[in-house]
Order: sequence, then C-alpha cells, then structure tokens
Amino acid sequence: MVDPRTSIIDERMRGIGRIIAVSSGKGGVGKSLVAATMALTLAKEGCKVGLFDLDFTSPSTHVILGFEGVQPKEEKGIVPPVVHGIKYMSIIYYSGEHATPLRGADVSNALIELLSITRWERLDFLVIDMPPGIGDATLDLIRLIRNIEFLIVTMSSQLAFETVRKLVSLLKELKIPVIGVIENMKMNGASTIRQQTLKLGVELLGEIPYDQKVEEAIGNTNRLQNTILAQKVKRLTTRILSATAPNI
Amino acid sequence: MHEWALAEAVIAAASEIAEKEGLSEVTEVKIRVGELQQIERDILEFAFSQLKPVKFEDTRFSIEVSKAELKCRVCGHTWLFSKERLDEGTAEAIHFVPEIAHTFIKCPKCGSPDFEILAGRGVWLESIKGVKCGDG
Repeated sequence: MVDPRTSIIDERMRGIGRIIAVSSGKGGVGKSLVAATMALTLAKEGCKVGLFDLDFTSPSTHVILGFEGVQPKEEKGIVPPVVHGIKYMSIIYYSGEHATPLRGADVSNALIELLSITRWERLDFLVIDMPPGIGDATLDLIRLIRNIEFLIVTMSSQLAFETVRKLVSLLKELKIPVIGVIENMKMNGASTIRQQTLKLGVELLGEIPYDQKVEEAIGNTNRLQNTILAQKVKRLTTRILSATAPNI
Repeated sequence: MHEWALAEAVIAAASEIAEKEGLSEVTEVKIRVGELQQIERDILEFAFSQLKPVKFEDTRFSIEVSKAELKCRVCGHTWLFSKERLDEGTAEAIHFVPEIAHTFIKCPKCGSPDFEILAGRGVWLESIKGVKCGDG
C-alpha cells in the first residue's frame, strides 16, 4: 500500500518563495520567539508570510502572538487563518489547551497530514518553528521539502552549542542550506559562539542580548515589536531578505 | 471539503505510479480509508469525479473502509474506535489530524493516552490497474 499524501506536498509548497525552518539543538533557546518575531517582521515589511508551528507536543507561537477565536477554513483542504498579517498554522487549532502526547511515528504522521492538506497558496516566506533537536520533524522536512533552509538559534552556552555543532554537521552532510546561526539571550561580551560558528563554516547572523522585556511582551505583538529582540531580529531579517541563495 | 485535498493526493500518487508503469489509461484505483479519519465517502467520490485528469477519465475508484483498531502500550488492551463516543468537536479534530486521537482518547481499561493505532488510520492507495500503450 502506498501513502499518497507525500505525493501532493510538492504541489502544496509550489507557491512559496522561501521556506525557513527555525531550528535549534536544544529547547529553551528562544527559537519560537525568533520564528514568530521574524514572521511578524516580514509581514510588516509587506511580504506574504506564513508561520507553521511544528512543535506539536509543545506549541507556543500562538501564545507569543496572543490571539484566540480563530480557526482554519475548510476549503478543498485547510486554509490557515491570517493572524497579525501572518497565515498561521498550528496543531493547537485541534488540540486546544490539552496535552498532545505523541511518539515519533505519530509526530511524523501528523506533520505529513498537515503538509499535505494545508493550502498556503502564494507566500514569499514560510517560517517554520521546529521542535528542538534532530528528530522526526527535522528528518521529515529534509525528506519532503526540497527547498528547505535552516536558521539555527542557540544560547551562549557550550551545552547548547554542542548540539548546534551536530545539527550543522548533519545539514551540511546532507547539503541542506544553513542560512546562519543566531546567538540569543547573550549575557556578556564573549565571542566564543561567534568563533565556534565561524569554525563550522557558517555565518553568525546576529547576537541578541538577554532582554527582560520580552517576557512581559509575550501575547502582545505591539510590545513585542518594541523589544531589543525584535529590533535585532528585524536587522537580521533584512539581511536574509537581501541575501540570495544561502551557502551550503 | 478536506477530503478534496486527500483525493488530490491519491490522484497525484496514482499518476506517479501510472507514469512509472507506462500506463496510458488507468481503469481502476483501489483506496483503503481508515475509519479513524471519518472520511465522508460521498465527498471523496465527488472529489474524484471532479479531479479526474486525462488518464483517469474512465477510472473506477473503489473505496474500502477499514475499522480503526487501537492497542494500549501500557496494559496491552486492544479496542475499536467508535465515533459515537466522541463529541462533535473532538471527532472533527481527529478527522483533520488523526493523531489528535492521542489528545482525547484514552485506553478504556487503564486510562493511558499511550496507544498504538494498529489499523484504520489515514487514506491508502492499495492498487491501480490500467492499460499500457499498445495493449489490445
């Protein structure tokens, strides 16, 4: 028996200019905040942008964007609603406030299901908030989306960077483009992450200082866009916008 | 019409196979639909009737539904999915993403959400039959 869903994913992605997976080695590095803020920035710049929360067991971008009462439309598939100028898709529409305990194969199945039924139509950018690590979601995106690019978020920690090293090495081995690394929640002026990123042959796109105001801005996009994090993300988004194909 | 998106996937997959096998015309496509996804057969059939590309003009789409069987990973209990036990919102959520079953369904014996879907998930392309160029 053949699973027909994977045969339609190319078609579903056809109208999308760039597909950026915001990923990390470890959790808690601010990946979802960077992904959501980047999507907001792109929307404000006038781009057609989608945000897809692929962290099925711990989705959080809906909390960052702060909205409720919207649902996708059912129209020859699923049409994501527009939230703050972003076409937004998340498993949260179906799981609500309940826990979603999924094993690897279930994560993979849910991901393929949503990729095959979601109609993004024309987008300049699709930003994907990934679950941390090199698990099913990462492997499936690499397998199923031919023009996927990765943007990697880390903290100023050797522990977090150790997993970044592995993620970058895997992506390079598979010839998947890595746009660069973002050092988030930086507490001091140390250049360790910068040097180590350069050693991997990848660009350090930006350093975002630890910003206490971010926590208070969660759920309020106006406040969020006034944080240092948003200003830094805006700067690196401009760089990404002006860049052509990233280095492999 | 979420069934429409799945019908498109079936046609895309069947077209790939027809191309690979050198079929100039597809006469039959057999599809197995898992009960867990609660596909509306009428809508799926309607989508097939509307979507038919050239090679599929006279194709018979045969749809079989398989029971959804669940097995608890904790106590080993197996049971059959029943839509009637779910409220409308939950049934609809599982219809769109069957894995949402893990959010709302628990093992009736031990209450665990850690179960395996043994059968009856999703839409599967079971077989296709067709005519090759030059066939009588």
